[in-house]
Amino acid sequence: MSNAASITEGRDIKLTATSILNAVFEHGVKVALAPLLGILAFLMIWSLAAQNINTSLGQFPGPTDVWQQFGSLYNEHKAERAKATAFYERQEKRNAARVAKDPTYVPKIRAYTGKETYFDQIVTSLITVMSGFILAALVAIPLGIAVGLNSALRSGFNPIIQIFKPVSPLAWLPLVTMVVSAVYVSNDPLVAKSFLNSMITVTLCCLWPMLINTSVGVASLDKDLVNVSRVLRLPALKHVQKIVLPASVPMIFTGMRLSLGVAWMVLIAAEMLSQNPGLGKFVWDEFQNGSSNSLARIMAAVITIGFIGFLLDRGMLALQRFASWDKDSAAA
Amino acid sequence: MTPILDISHIDMVFPTPKGPFTALKNVDLKISKGEFVSLIGHSGCGKSTVLNIVAGLYQATTGGVVLHGKEVKEPGPERAVVFQNHSLLPWLTAYQNVELAVKQVFGKTKTKSETKEWIEHNLKLVHMDHAMHKRPDEISGGMKQRVGIARALAMQPDILLMDEPFGALDALTRAHMQDSLMEIQNELKNTVIMITHDVDEAVLLSDRIVMMTNGPAATIGEILEINLERPRDRLALAEDSDYTHLRSEVLRFLYEKQRKVENLASVKKSKAKKRNDKNQHHAA
Repeated sequence: MSNAASITEGRDIKLTATSILNAVFEHGVKVALAPLLGILAFLMIWSLAAQNINTSLGQFPGPTDVWQQFGSLYNEHKAERAKATAFYERQEKRNAARVAKDPTYVPKIRAYTGKETYFDQIVTSLITVMSGFILAALVAIPLGIAVGLNSALRSGFNPIIQIFKPVSPLAWLPLVTMVVSAVYVSNDPLVAKSFLNSMITVTLCCLWPMLINTSVGVASLDKDLVNVSRVLRLPALKHVQKIVLPASVPMIFTGMRLSLGVAWMVLIAAEMLSQNPGLGKFVWDEFQNGSSNSLARIMAAVITIGFIGFLLDRGMLALQRFASWDKDSAAA
Repeated sequence: MTPILDISHIDMVFPTPKGPFTALKNVDLKISKGEFVSLIGHSGCGKSTVLNIVAGLYQATTGGVVLHGKEVKEPGPERAVVFQNHSLLPWLTAYQNVELAVKQVFGKTKTKSETKEWIEHNLKLVHMDHAMHKRPDEISGGMKQRVGIARALAMQPDILLMDEPFGALDALTRAHMQDSLMEIQNELKNTVIMITHDVDEAVLLSDRIVMMTNGPAATIGEILEINLERPRDRLALAEDSDYTHLRSEVLRFLYEKQRKVENLASVKKSKAKKRNDKNQHHAA
């Protein structure tokens, strides 16, 4: 009897072990293997197609060419950094020598003025996009709350939102450029005009998803929660702070995520045209440069842009998971 | 006993695209201090409208509500409401939900430690002290409703308004909640208006049951005094002849007298009448 029991038990264990293995395998296929296969297939199609496309700048770059260009971009960056360090060392030595000769001499320190490397350009792009995005959030979220709370204001703003939402950044840019040139006149500017142009264009384009989502989130506030607030006689400001704002946090985050995606797309176009030293300018310069490596370098930039866009989205999602009470709405 | 709340000749007319709709007609009711009054009636008869007018969330078209000699014009914590679907703020814990109310009502009169004590006292009263720091999505429906009651009680209202507080709960949980409410009521002797469509609940908990006629132009049909001795025990009452009698009184009102009115009103429309006849056959 006990023997029989142990046999069935053994089979049960075996069964569960197989089913666990199956589950792990299935999970593994979905999580790791399938995406890997997808990427491999893409690389194959890419390299096959690349071999058959000839442009005036030579053959279209395949994956290996692009990979090489990533390497050379990194090497250029290192070389540039080494030059900069050497420059500062020389400057320091020279200054030290002059001070030793003449103790009253006040040493001049000049900044290194080499050209931006690829990684500097990535950093510039990130700074520009975040500045534009934060400026838009500072305007759109409070405005969205006001619009969401007041139905008259909502009807008033709706046509403006609907008309400006689909406008391309390329249409804004000339206007922004002219206005910035006219208004932002300073002998010692804090930031470059090209930076302002790109940033403001980004702001103008990524205002709308945040404004719309915030106002919808506020307007669709649960009526029962409004009644709770009324029974407690919460003053207007406290009502917004304690009820309206937390209730619309999930929608505000949705809007922020959409906006950041828009901002990153807009930025590349804006940088191309405003010559702000970022990834967009890099692409434009390589295109104008027209060397045999240009297409591979542009393709490297395309991949970088995609990857950074993905990381920005994930970062926003992580922020939402951390800050929002509604974990369901923060699912990928 | 002198009435503290006077619902005085209320009419409620809602504007609709098809013209004005009279929901309530001449609802008149006086409630004494410490009294537990249930409003019962078929759905759509305007029970909730009466409660919302007392709460100040709606304004009566004519007539008005007077509490402690003052006319009710807006909502306020002295008329705390327990909503049907708990209406807790989902981003706050049970403690914080009650805290929001306590700080708003007693922020100036209670010290920090008194506030904390008062919040915990009220959560203990509804047996939620073990899950004080859980959020609404981490506790069951019955527990959420307990917190909703604690929040209302913590405002120390002159009158407690409950809008089908246990309507969304399963039968066993509902019985638990009714027992809890009787226990609290025994201690605090609050003045309560409760909306319900559960006949047993109404008889078990109330001092008076106000039975409403069907809408449109709903009004108070009959008022039934429940003179059963307190504390009441549901098991003992189940076999009590007085209890059974009162219960059948309410049932008779709801299913005999009010059904008739419904049929008479539908005579005007022959189609509607046919449908009703069919229903009656099914019912028979």
